Amino acid sequence: MSAGADDALWSAVADPSRRRVLDLLVAGGDATASALAEKVPFSRQAVTKHLVVLEEAGLVTRQKEGREVRFRVVPARLDEAAQAMTQQASVWDRRLQAIKGLAETAHKEATGRH
Amino acid sequence: MADLSIEREIVIEAPADVVWRTITEPDQITRWFADKVELDLREGGAGTLVFEGRMTAPLVVVAVEPPHRFSFRWCHPDGEAPVPGNSVLVEFTLSEEGAHRTRLRVSETGLDAIGWADEDKARYAKEHRDGWAEFSGRLEDLFAR
Repeated sequence: MSAGADDALWSAVADPSRRRVLDLLVAGGDATASALAEKVPFSRQAVTKHLVVLEEAGLVTRQKEGREVRFRVVPARLDEAAQAMTQQASVWDRRLQAIKGLAETAHKEATGRH
Repeated sequence: MADLSIEREIVIEAPADVVWRTITEPDQITRWFADKVELDLREGGAGTLVFEGRMTAPLVVVAVEPPHRFSFRWCHPDGEAPVPGNSVLVEFTLSEEGAHRTRLRVSETGLDAIGWADEDKARYAKEHRDGWAEFSGRLEDLFAR
């Protein structure tokens, strides 16, 4: 995954409204922008904008069916987004491990001196 | 997918005051976080983290309650004071689980509440990822010692 693609992915999921749209697509399968707009507290226009960003990040694809355009989640890309979050968390795990090592060593040294 | 905040915890076999020093004293912080650390450890106090001499991150201390709570805000726009909505809050919580055991929790929240443009969020995320890649290497060294 290139750094550029990574940024697009991050930007796409960093917005709570966009995650709401994404959640709806994950839960309900494919849907049109109008159908999604009925389930969120923002306009159809806003939903369409969010869908474009999600599409650019590769998180959703669009399919034309007659006069309708239906949007659908790309599961593999969604996994990447989830993984990016997990990785960030694992960085804190490593920092915490380092803190643990330092504090436990300091404690042993202090108690050993008595 | 519902939330971009991060929360992790670890149990440490040391008293809370020892853990407190590890997370709040600059010469300790340099062993697990940044390369250079300046920190005015009081509520509203300013601090600076320097990573590999390339990235400098200013922070402002939010809470200092030894040995139970330490938090700061960073990633705020230049020239603005960090407040909820324009910055990321990093919060450490220590709880004693016996005389020589401490549970340390860390949370990082606020990125999704920030009123930044998406490009700025992306830049933040990228800068952090770059920074993180750097520490991870050095932390490996630390564990290997």
